[in-house]
Amino acid sequence: MILLWYILIPAVAAPLAWLLSLSRPQAARWVAVAGTSLPLALVTWQWVAQAGALRAAFAAHGPGVAGLVQGTWLADIHAAWISPLGISFFLAEDGLTLIMLVLTFAMGLLAVLASWRGIQERVGFFHFMILWTTAALAGVFLSLDLFLFYFFFEMMLIPMYFVIALWGHEKRVYAAIKFFIFTQASGLLMLIAILALYFIHGRATGTYTFDFTQLLGTQMPSATAFLLMLGFFAAFAVKLPAFPLHTWLPDAHTEAPTAGSVILAGVLIKIGAYGMIRFMVPLFPQAVYDFRTVGMVLAVIGIIYGAVMAYAQRDLKRLVAYTSVSHMGFVLLGIFAWNTLALQGVVLQIVCHALSTGALFILVGTLQDRVHTRDMTKMGGLWAVAPRMGGTAMFFALASLGLPGLGNFVAEFLILVGTWQVSKWAAVLGAVGLVFATVYALWMMQRAFQGEETHALRFNDLVPRETGMYAALIAALVVLGFYPQPLIATVRQTVTSVQQITAGSPLSPKPTSAVQVGIPADRAPAAAAVADGTTTDGGR
Amino acid sequence: MLQLLWIIPALPAAGFVVLALLNRHLGRRAAAVIGAGSVGLSAVVALLVAVSFIASPPPGDVYRQVLWTWFDTGGLAPQIAFYLDAMSVIFVVVITFVGFLIHLYSTEFMERDEGYTRFFMYMNLFVASMLVLVLADNLLLLYLGWEGVGLCSYLLISFWQRDLQNVYAGRKAFIVTRIGDTALIIGLFLLFTQLHTLAIQPLMAGAAKEWPVGSGFAVAAAALLLGGAVGKSAQLPLQTWLPDAMAGPTPVSALIHAATMVTAGVYLIARTNVLFTLAPDVRLAVAIVGTVTLLYACFCALAQHDIKRVLAYSTMSQIGYMFLALGVAGWSAAIFHFMTHAFFKALLFLAAGAVIESLGGEHDIFKMGGLRRKLPTAFWAFIVGAASLAAMPLVTSGFYSKDLIIETSLGSVDGNAWLWLGALVGSLLTSIYAFRLVFVVFFGDQQTPVTRRPRWRMLLPLWVLSALSLIGGFVWLPEWMGSFHPLENFLGEALPPLKTVASSFAYTGVSALLTSLVAVVGVALATVWLVESRAALGDFAARPTPHALQEFWLNGWGFDWLYEHVFVIPVKWFARVARNDLVEPAFSGLAWLNVQAWRALSASQNGVLRVYIAVAGVGLVVILAFVVLR
Repeated sequence: MILLWYILIPAVAAPLAWLLSLSRPQAARWVAVAGTSLPLALVTWQWVAQAGALRAAFAAHGPGVAGLVQGTWLADIHAAWISPLGISFFLAEDGLTLIMLVLTFAMGLLAVLASWRGIQERVGFFHFMILWTTAALAGVFLSLDLFLFYFFFEMMLIPMYFVIALWGHEKRVYAAIKFFIFTQASGLLMLIAILALYFIHGRATGTYTFDFTQLLGTQMPSATAFLLMLGFFAAFAVKLPAFPLHTWLPDAHTEAPTAGSVILAGVLIKIGAYGMIRFMVPLFPQAVYDFRTVGMVLAVIGIIYGAVMAYAQRDLKRLVAYTSVSHMGFVLLGIFAWNTLALQGVVLQIVCHALSTGALFILVGTLQDRVHTRDMTKMGGLWAVAPRMGGTAMFFALASLGLPGLGNFVAEFLILVGTWQVSKWAAVLGAVGLVFATVYALWMMQRAFQGEETHALRFNDLVPRETGMYAALIAALVVLGFYPQPLIATVRQTVTSVQQITAGSPLSPKPTSAVQVGIPADRAPAAAAVADGTTTDGGR
Repeated sequence: MLQLLWIIPALPAAGFVVLALLNRHLGRRAAAVIGAGSVGLSAVVALLVAVSFIASPPPGDVYRQVLWTWFDTGGLAPQIAFYLDAMSVIFVVVITFVGFLIHLYSTEFMERDEGYTRFFMYMNLFVASMLVLVLADNLLLLYLGWEGVGLCSYLLISFWQRDLQNVYAGRKAFIVTRIGDTALIIGLFLLFTQLHTLAIQPLMAGAAKEWPVGSGFAVAAAALLLGGAVGKSAQLPLQTWLPDAMAGPTPVSALIHAATMVTAGVYLIARTNVLFTLAPDVRLAVAIVGTVTLLYACFCALAQHDIKRVLAYSTMSQIGYMFLALGVAGWSAAIFHFMTHAFFKALLFLAAGAVIESLGGEHDIFKMGGLRRKLPTAFWAFIVGAASLAAMPLVTSGFYSKDLIIETSLGSVDGNAWLWLGALVGSLLTSIYAFRLVFVVFFGDQQTPVTRRPRWRMLLPLWVLSALSLIGGFVWLPEWMGSFHPLENFLGEALPPLKTVASSFAYTGVSALLTSLVAVVGVALATVWLVESRAALGDFAARPTPHALQEFWLNGWGFDWLYEHVFVIPVKWFARVARNDLVEPAFSGLAWLNVQAWRALSASQNGVLRVYIAVAGVGLVVILAFVVLR
């Protein structure tokens, strides 16, 4: 039942916020705070309470399809919905879902807090949209029925469109339509792929179902599989976004209000990564393997091109938006590398990017509220005006360039070391991307915060509400930088399961005994962990 | 006592955190106490640990302290753990002790600056990062410290960030060293994938076991680590950031050059000496890089007229000596030179800082002059520092370490006469430029009035470092002076011994005599140049060819120009061209086609009945024709 609450609480809070705002606009904010922090508390409680269960499930069932299907879910709901068509209301939660839910609600809460001053028009409707998005996002991460997944996937599009189109900046309508068309068109390709998969599976087995766990391993000609995989890839690559399908993102991020950018960068684009890990690769491992080189090339181009483009921008928000393209390149690279190191890195990158980029967007938002521009050529020397803001910006710029000691570094390191084992050149070029990241991050600091105060801007430094938000984000990034293990342990089951599903394909090479042989004697405990199946690619 | 190990880096790290959190709420006094105090306490703990390590060595002469496991996945489980052996003892003591003196000096030097707290915050983080680097048990933790010092160099070089010139210099330091760091981290990928661990000792053992000498993996790994080392240690071809790094406050330069940052590369190579032993070609490359850099930097130093840039190039040159030593497997000799260099280079920078501060921020040596009476402490400190830098025989610490390197470059089984000759010529040039600096700054006529005199917090570090620069070398005397080398014995526990050619010319004492001779000759030449026939030489230097050469050396042999044109300008050009996204036209083109199609279709709906009938008629004919003729 708990899973239903994750969707219902924000879904119920949404109209409530709107209704209450009719008499008192401020009430909508508090409803929205409750509507996001309540499920956040719930999922955090579940995380803490089930940490043991996650480990136990892992030990008892081991990794693998068997474990995945036979009730190693932390919780699930399997109700009939449109039975004649094989559509069920199938929600389930594992470690990865849990992390994505934490992220969804945390970013939702952050979005609400970040709009406290910035949003003054149609306050109730705004929070209605934010809560609606949150509910739909929770649904996306919880659904294991492909029809239901698609339903939520489309659901979240509408409020996001309105958030950009109604509360955005100068070119908001253009950006909103672009966002809508990109996502919608690629989503339709995925729908076609889903339907094709549904019919192929139905004809072959006689069971027409959208249940993802049953669709796994559907037999079909490899050319068909490749086409269907491309359908999924289109939808997820647009969301992620992967080069060259990224051009909606700079516009949407830049024109969206701060809350919109936070949710977009923090959660929405992560659906691309989540969808690939959860659905695309497990459904079509062989096709993904055939596509690997192309995928990795796109990822590497995304990393470097995104970073150079970030450097090229004059608009501060656009700069931050392009850094997302670069960072999501790492995610794509890790997914195509498809081994434990890389996948753990991907999940960590999803979380850390949400925190660091979310913070940067909020920072740009607070700056824009104060100086009424995002044009960096009209800034300069702001550190002297607002030193706390300068220091905060410095911190998140450093997180963005992957400084060791912050979570982003561990994530990128894991992705690259995992990628190295698959493709050395991709790893090398990805590492070169880190140099370009340094260039844009320091450039941003220089243009906006260092140098002489050329434009005589005067404004207040961070207020306590803002300081509090940043402090929480900073603390989280530092903890993830020095002790990411809780997060790694939470998703370990998922990471091994999905690899187990694809174990039959060349995507997951059989573990060689060399792994054990190479480990020196004093690291025997680690070797035992390897034998436990926690570590090697694919499993036994 | 050894259990206190973790406190050594934790103290400055805690200082950083406290200063960062309380930033605006702290007075100058409190900031100074926390900033310098944390490093001072750290130095005390380091001394205690060192004494305990020497008095009662732990089993295997190694002490390992595990704090926690960083993360554990996919067979990769690096720990937050510290590793103390003889080499890290030397580094830790030098870093904390010299670091403390520099902090103490800074409390006075920076007292009129805004951002006093911010300064100490960055300085503390710098020391903490460097300590993590030299104590790290695995390469990933080392990389954390490694990037930390890179970051702090950026933050401190651009500390006076109102001036974009300084920000540019800081940015350059971070980006150039990060290019080297990328090589290093790729080396980490390689090492982990091949040997399945990143813990340094198992890694070295594994490499020695699995890879034969000269194997491709060993060569690749060593070359990648070397790439990281040349970046941080400002060796060719990634040396360009170091002279510009002089934009930072002078104590920062002292810290970067003496105790932290630039010696990181030396540490890394010494620490992973097994890899370099397995890759003789790469080791030869290390020796060549060192020799070429040391000569390159000497010529550059001769032409500079910014007091700090002379010292910057001298650092580059001295690190070149350390690389040369590492390249010929004189691991311990490199560490010895690191130690003496830390003393005399910190001394020189702090003395230079006192001069600059006294003259109200003047950097140009030709606007100084005649300062020996006005600033006697700075003068004597500078004399001691310059003598040590120039390796004045017998009385300076620099002599013992540099002579050892020169001997090793010939006497080692990996040495050869070319390296030896290069080192000797470098020594001559060093002596010339070091005393050129002394003569120009402290002798002759006074050009700029002295406005401020250093007080005790700036003077005390000068005295202490002067003493160390004089006596610091007596821990390893050459054979012909008697058999007294406790440092060699101590480092021998951690580093492999040097294999020498027993009958080498290097150990006859003639080499040492030559080393002494060139140092003295250098001073004599500097005297002739600047005191005796300055006017005549001035005329010579004004001629086109020497003048062009001088300009060439002044600008560091045009490396900046080259990199600007090969790397920076193309990237900037691309960024400018691609600003509106290169793939955007494809999508906006699609949108444009749609609009055009809509226009065309809209135009056809014009409400004129006969056009509709005509179109329908033509359509009917076409369809009929298609059906009939098929």
